Amino acid sequence: MKIHRIWMLAAALMLPACVTINIYFPAAAAEKAADRIIDEVWQLNKDATPPVERNKETQ
Amino acid sequence: MRKFLIALLLLPLLALAAADLEINTPAIGALKSSMQARHAQLAPHYASGAIGLTRDGLVALRDANAVPLKDRQAVNALVAAENGDRNALYKEIAVANGHPEWEAEVRNTFAQRWIQKAQAGWWYQDATGGWARK
Repeated sequence: MKIHRIWMLAAALMLPACVTINIYFPAAAAEKAADRIIDEVWQLNKDATPPVERNKETQ
Repeated sequence: MRKFLIALLLLPLLALAAADLEINTPAIGALKSSMQARHAQLAPHYASGAIGLTRDGLVALRDANAVPLKDRQAVNALVAAENGDRNALYKEIAVANGHPEWEAEVRNTFAQRWIQKAQAGWWYQDATGGWARK
Protein backbone atom coordinates (compact mmCIF):
# COMPACT_ATOMS: atom_id res chain seq x y z
CA MET A 1 0.00 0.00 0.00
CA LYS A 2 2.87 2.33 0.90
CA ILE A 3 4.68 1.60 -2.35
CA HIS A 4 1.49 2.28 -4.18
CA ARG A 5 1.38 5.77 -2.77
CA ILE A 6 5.00 6.44 -3.74
CA TRP A 7 4.23 5.45 -7.31
CA MET A 8 1.21 7.70 -7.37
CA LEU A 9 3.35 10.58 -6.16
CA ALA A 10 6.04 9.84 -8.76
CA ALA A 11 3.49 9.71 -11.53
CA ALA A 12 1.90 12.93 -10.36
CA LEU A 13 5.28 14.67 -10.33
CA MET A 14 6.43 13.31 -13.68
CA LEU A 15 3.34 14.01 -15.69
CA PRO A 16 3.70 17.82 -15.67
CA ALA A 17 7.40 17.44 -16.49
CA CYS A 18 6.63 15.43 -19.62
CA VAL A 19 3.95 17.85 -20.69
CA THR A 20 6.40 20.70 -20.18
CA ILE A 21 8.89 19.15 -22.60
CA ASN A 22 6.27 18.58 -25.26
CA ILE A 23 4.48 21.89 -25.14
CA TYR A 24 7.00 24.62 -24.43
CA PHE A 25 9.08 26.00 -27.26
CA PRO A 26 12.82 25.38 -26.68
CA ALA A 27 13.90 28.99 -27.15
CA ALA A 28 17.61 28.46 -26.47
CA ALA A 29 17.85 25.49 -28.84
CA ALA A 30 15.97 27.44 -31.50
CA GLU A 31 18.36 30.35 -31.20
CA LYS A 32 21.31 27.99 -31.60
CA ALA A 33 19.71 26.39 -34.65
CA ALA A 34 18.91 29.79 -36.16
CA ASP A 35 22.49 30.97 -35.66
CA ARG A 36 23.86 27.87 -37.34
CA ILE A 37 21.60 28.30 -40.37
CA ILE A 38 22.19 32.06 -40.65
CA ASP A 39 25.96 31.59 -40.43
CA GLU A 40 25.74 29.18 -43.36
CA VAL A 41 23.38 31.26 -45.49
CA TRP A 42 25.33 34.47 -44.93
CA GLN A 43 28.71 32.66 -44.84
CA LEU A 44 29.63 34.14 -41.47
CA ASN A 45 32.10 31.40 -40.54
CA LYS A 46 34.26 32.65 -37.72
CA ASP A 47 37.03 30.32 -38.86
CA ALA A 48 37.72 31.56 -42.37
CA THR A 49 40.51 29.07 -43.10
CA PRO A 50 38.58 25.90 -44.10
CA PRO A 51 36.57 27.52 -46.94
CA VAL A 52 39.78 29.01 -48.37
CA GLU A 53 41.40 25.59 -48.35
CA ARG A 54 38.37 24.06 -49.98
CA ASN A 55 38.47 26.72 -52.70
CA LYS A 56 42.10 25.93 -53.40
CA GLU A 57 41.30 22.26 -53.82
CA THR A 58 38.57 22.92 -56.34
CA GLN A 59 40.69 25.28 -58.42
CA MET B 1 13.56 1.44 -4.82
CA ARG B 2 13.93 5.02 -3.67
CA LYS B 3 17.02 5.55 -5.83
CA PHE B 4 15.18 4.21 -8.81
CA LEU B 5 12.32 6.60 -8.21
CA ILE B 6 14.70 9.55 -7.88
CA ALA B 7 16.41 8.58 -11.12
CA LEU B 8 13.02 8.36 -12.77
CA LEU B 9 12.14 11.84 -11.58
CA LEU B 10 15.39 13.29 -12.91
CA LEU B 11 14.99 11.80 -16.38
CA PRO B 12 12.86 14.65 -17.77
CA LEU B 13 15.53 17.13 -16.68
CA LEU B 14 18.12 15.20 -18.69
CA ALA B 15 15.87 15.26 -21.72
CA LEU B 16 15.47 19.02 -21.34
CA ALA B 17 19.23 19.59 -21.13
CA ALA B 18 19.87 17.50 -24.24
CA ALA B 19 17.17 19.22 -26.27
CA ASP B 20 18.46 20.35 -29.63
CA LEU B 21 16.40 21.29 -32.64
CA GLU B 22 16.55 19.03 -35.67
CA ILE B 23 17.76 21.04 -38.66
CA ASN B 24 19.53 18.34 -40.68
CA THR B 25 16.72 17.26 -42.98
CA PRO B 26 16.93 17.21 -46.79
CA ALA B 27 14.22 19.87 -47.06
CA ILE B 28 15.99 22.26 -44.69
CA GLY B 29 19.33 21.58 -46.41
CA ALA B 30 17.84 22.41 -49.82
CA LEU B 31 16.34 25.68 -48.54
CA LYS B 32 19.66 26.62 -46.96
CA SER B 33 21.60 26.11 -50.21
CA SER B 34 19.01 28.02 -52.19
CA MET B 35 19.19 30.97 -49.80
CA GLN B 36 22.97 30.83 -49.65
CA ALA B 37 23.18 31.03 -53.46
CA ARG B 38 20.74 33.95 -53.54
CA HIS B 39 22.58 35.88 -50.84
CA ALA B 40 25.30 37.04 -53.24
CA GLN B 41 22.61 38.87 -55.22
CA LEU B 42 20.82 40.21 -52.16
CA ALA B 43 23.86 41.50 -50.25
CA PRO B 44 24.45 44.65 -52.37
CA HIS B 45 20.80 45.62 -51.86
CA TYR B 46 21.04 45.18 -48.09
CA ALA B 47 24.09 47.47 -48.17
CA SER B 48 22.40 50.11 -50.36
CA GLY B 49 19.32 50.10 -48.14
CA ALA B 50 17.04 49.02 -50.98
CA ILE B 51 16.13 45.85 -49.09
CA GLY B 52 15.66 45.64 -45.33
CA LEU B 53 15.13 42.85 -42.80
CA THR B 54 11.58 42.79 -41.46
CA ARG B 55 10.54 42.10 -37.89
CA ASP B 56 8.69 38.97 -39.02
CA GLY B 57 11.80 37.24 -40.32
CA LEU B 58 11.43 38.17 -43.99
CA VAL B 59 12.96 40.76 -46.32
CA ALA B 60 11.21 43.72 -47.95
CA LEU B 61 11.91 46.35 -50.59
CA ARG B 62 12.12 49.46 -48.39
CA ASP B 63 13.66 51.99 -50.79
CA ALA B 64 12.82 51.34 -54.43
CA ASN B 65 14.69 54.53 -55.40
CA ALA B 66 17.96 52.84 -54.42
CA VAL B 67 17.44 50.42 -57.31
CA PRO B 68 17.79 51.54 -60.95
CA LEU B 69 14.43 51.31 -62.70
CA LYS B 70 15.64 48.59 -65.06
CA ASP B 71 16.64 46.35 -62.13
CA ARG B 72 13.50 46.83 -60.05
CA GLN B 73 11.64 43.87 -61.51
CA ALA B 74 14.55 41.57 -60.80
CA VAL B 75 14.91 42.84 -57.22
CA ASN B 76 11.21 42.30 -56.59
CA ALA B 77 11.58 38.74 -57.84
CA LEU B 78 14.61 38.24 -55.57
CA VAL B 79 12.63 39.45 -52.54
CA ALA B 80 9.68 37.20 -53.39
CA ALA B 81 11.91 34.16 -53.86
CA GLU B 82 13.82 34.83 -50.64
CA ASN B 83 10.59 35.22 -48.66
CA GLY B 84 9.24 32.00 -50.16
CA ASP B 85 12.33 30.15 -48.94
CA ARG B 86 12.25 31.80 -45.52
CA ASN B 87 8.58 30.96 -44.94
CA ALA B 88 9.23 27.39 -46.02
CA LEU B 89 12.30 27.19 -43.76
CA TYR B 90 10.42 28.24 -40.62
CA LYS B 91 7.65 25.79 -41.40
CA GLU B 92 10.08 22.95 -42.17
CA ILE B 93 11.98 23.42 -38.89
CA ALA B 94 8.73 23.30 -36.89
CA VAL B 95 7.53 20.22 -38.78
CA ALA B 96 10.93 18.45 -38.60
CA ASN B 97 10.73 18.73 -34.81
CA GLY B 98 7.22 17.32 -34.63
CA HIS B 99 5.62 20.64 -33.67
CA PRO B 100 4.08 22.46 -36.64
CA GLU B 101 2.58 24.90 -34.12
CA TRP B 102 6.09 26.16 -33.33
CA GLU B 103 6.33 27.89 -36.73
CA ALA B 104 5.54 31.37 -35.38
CA GLU B 105 8.09 31.05 -32.59
CA VAL B 106 10.73 29.73 -34.98
CA ARG B 107 10.00 32.75 -37.19
CA ASN B 108 10.34 35.16 -34.25
CA THR B 109 13.63 33.59 -33.21
CA PHE B 110 14.98 33.91 -36.75
CA ALA B 111 13.72 37.49 -37.08
CA GLN B 112 15.78 38.48 -34.05
CA ARG B 113 18.87 36.53 -35.09
CA TRP B 114 18.91 37.80 -38.71
CA ILE B 115 18.88 41.38 -37.37
CA GLN B 116 21.44 40.57 -34.67
CA LYS B 117 23.82 39.15 -37.27
CA ALA B 118 23.20 41.81 -39.94
CA GLN B 119 26.17 43.90 -41.03
CA ALA B 120 26.57 47.53 -39.99
CA GLY B 121 24.70 49.79 -42.43
CA TRP B 122 21.95 47.28 -43.21
CA TRP B 123 18.36 48.28 -42.53
CA TYR B 124 15.94 46.41 -40.30
CA GLN B 125 12.46 46.86 -38.88
CA ASP B 126 12.33 47.61 -35.15
CA ALA B 127 9.62 46.34 -32.80
CA THR B 128 7.24 49.13 -33.82
CA GLY B 129 7.64 48.39 -37.53
CA GLY B 130 9.76 51.46 -38.29
CA TRP B 131 12.98 51.15 -40.30
CA ALA B 132 16.29 51.56 -38.50
CA ARG B 133 19.87 51.35 -39.70
CA LYS B 134 22.37 49.10 -37.97
